Amino acid sequence: MRDIQELKEIARELRIDIITMVYNAQSGHPGGSLSAIDILTVLYFGGFLRYDPKNPWWENRDRFILSKGHASPALYSVLAKAGYIPKEELSTYRKIKGFAPDGYSRLQGHPAWQGNKHGVPGAEASTGSLGQGLSVAIGQALSGRLANKDYKVYVMLGDGEVQEGMTWEAAMFAGHHKLDNLIAILDNNNLQIDGDVRQIVNIHPLKEKYEAFGWHVIEIDGHDYQQIIDAFTQANQIKGKPIMIVAHTVKGKGVSFMENNFKWHGVAPSKEEYEIAIQELTSGGV
Amino acid sequence: MAEKIDINKLPKKALRDTYGEVLVELGKIDPEMVVLDADLSESTRTHKFHVAYPDRFFNAGIAEQNLIGIAAGLAYTGRTVYASSFAIFIAGRPWEIIRQQIAYNKLNVKLVASHGGVSVGQDGASHQMNEDVSLMRTLPNMNVIVPADSVEMEKVLKKVHWIKEPFYIRMGREKFPVILPENYEFELGKGYVLKEGKDVSVIACGVMVSMALQAAYELEDEGIDVEVINMSSIKPIDKDLIIQTAKKTGAVVTSEEHSIIGGLGSAVAEVLAENYPTILVRHGVEDRFGISGPAWEVMEELGLSVSGLKKKIKEALTKKVR
Ligand SMILES: Cc1ncc(C[n+]2csc(CCOP(=O)(O)OP(=O)(O)O)c2C)c(N)n1
Ligand SMILES: [Mg+2]
Repeated sequence: MRDIQELKEIARELRIDIITMVYNAQSGHPGGSLSAIDILTVLYFGGFLRYDPKNPWWENRDRFILSKGHASPALYSVLAKAGYIPKEELSTYRKIKGFAPDGYSRLQGHPAWQGNKHGVPGAEASTGSLGQGLSVAIGQALSGRLANKDYKVYVMLGDGEVQEGMTWEAAMFAGHHKLDNLIAILDNNNLQIDGDVRQIVNIHPLKEKYEAFGWHVIEIDGHDYQQIIDAFTQANQIKGKPIMIVAHTVKGKGVSFMENNFKWHGVAPSKEEYEIAIQELTSGGV
Repeated sequence: MAEKIDINKLPKKALRDTYGEVLVELGKIDPEMVVLDADLSESTRTHKFHVAYPDRFFNAGIAEQNLIGIAAGLAYTGRTVYASSFAIFIAGRPWEIIRQQIAYNKLNVKLVASHGGVSVGQDGASHQMNEDVSLMRTLPNMNVIVPADSVEMEKVLKKVHWIKEPFYIRMGREKFPVILPENYEFELGKGYVLKEGKDVSVIACGVMVSMALQAAYELEDEGIDVEVINMSSIKPIDKDLIIQTAKKTGAVVTSEEHSIIGGLGSAVAEVLAENYPTILVRHGVEDRFGISGPAWEVMEELGLSVSGLKKKIKEALTKKVR
């Protein structure tokens, strides 16, 4: 297993990939990708997610579903780093042409499931329409339980996303069925498109809500590597309850002018902004 | 030509009863299969599967969006998934999730809806789903089947179970006359000529197929020779048969227990308009909501009856001679 310093170096590289993808496409969602990437780095490269990029359909693999699908640059950069797709494919993000069998891109604006004809290896569900990923994760977790497989299903939601009623239908169901092979992560970056989640429709308190629905809740700083590692370690030991990791994060984390600014939810940087961002990410301490 | 019958004297069976029975049969031969419902499992008859295979049945509760999301998750892992509720709740409420998960990814999920159409009866407009075929037909990758009777329901299920694609299969609440012979074979994308005729063609689905047959027999006495086609496979639809019957009779009536907008009538209109423009009259629920009342009285009131269909057939014939 890699140490924290190595993981941070990976995250730095992935942040550069994210910004570069969005810059190249002149389209996409940097803010929510940057808030999520430290957690994804630990999940994929810190020894938690069980996967084999050479065999994306391996039956006993753990699943990760990015329910907040607009953070696809984060997922795609991870999939490239993990070896599911070649790094040069990242330049096809949001472009017409790419690496799908019919010549179109596999890096759609929002992730398409690896079984979809425009899907990307490693994507366990099609997402992008918010609110659906937790239910899909439940279906996969139920299927695994039914087949006596020991794989885990991880799913990441946005904080704005849980305003969707369907996520609470799912929360109730998972709690009822005591799905302890389900580990959800809530990227609590406090922002959604129109502004502050607390001001638009407040979702808090989260811990009490999920606990009331029968979940084991762990609260962490989603940029503190030790806390992320500890949370996943603990999550894998919990029995008889689904696990919700509420990760407090900073939207746009790592690029000073994007941090905590909802304007950077879904816009691409200009050339000047791109250069500053890359400069910061390359020189900044990790 | 089929032997002349009186549909009112035929045995009747609810398609959902067949559904429950066939689910149990399929569950025995396919251990990967799972069934989901949303607190209507008695009504949809999925409870029969629940009793037979409790481990492989999941009740989502009154949460149809979650129902569809979970169905998708199960299908992503390679299982054959059935999900049922009333047509209004399974095709209406979670439509967008059906689109994003099941249709987009061509998942192996069979959405089997009961209580389609106005023959739901006394529950009234809130529960009478007349727009489901329209909503489902427009989705890429989605197959849409409206079986005519319980014989066809069984054949449909036993065929499409092995086709790893999304299906929407629509049943009514009531018992329908059993009009198809036991040796009938359902073929996806194929219509079935129940009675040949040369004056006018009726292309029908669901319970309207039996009414079309009855109308055809009654009109025989008036010297009108009606061709009757069961078009249970609405998507994919049997283009060739539609064009062929239009060429033969020169006038087509579509008949369905569904809005005349977007369903079978529209599907047939699309084929004819692009390939062989023909006099067309659409018989179905006009652009309106239903009303409460005993099932067959509501049907009669909305013109979904043998006499209502006969009027439409005559309207088509009048247009044809003009
Ligand atoms: C059902 C649905 N409604 C609206 C949108 C448009 N949308 C995309 S991202 C977003 C805000 C998401 O906020 P949050 O979940 O907090 O994500 P993050 O802050 O991590 O980017 C919205 C409203 C959508 N993708 N899906
Ligand atoms: Mg947010």
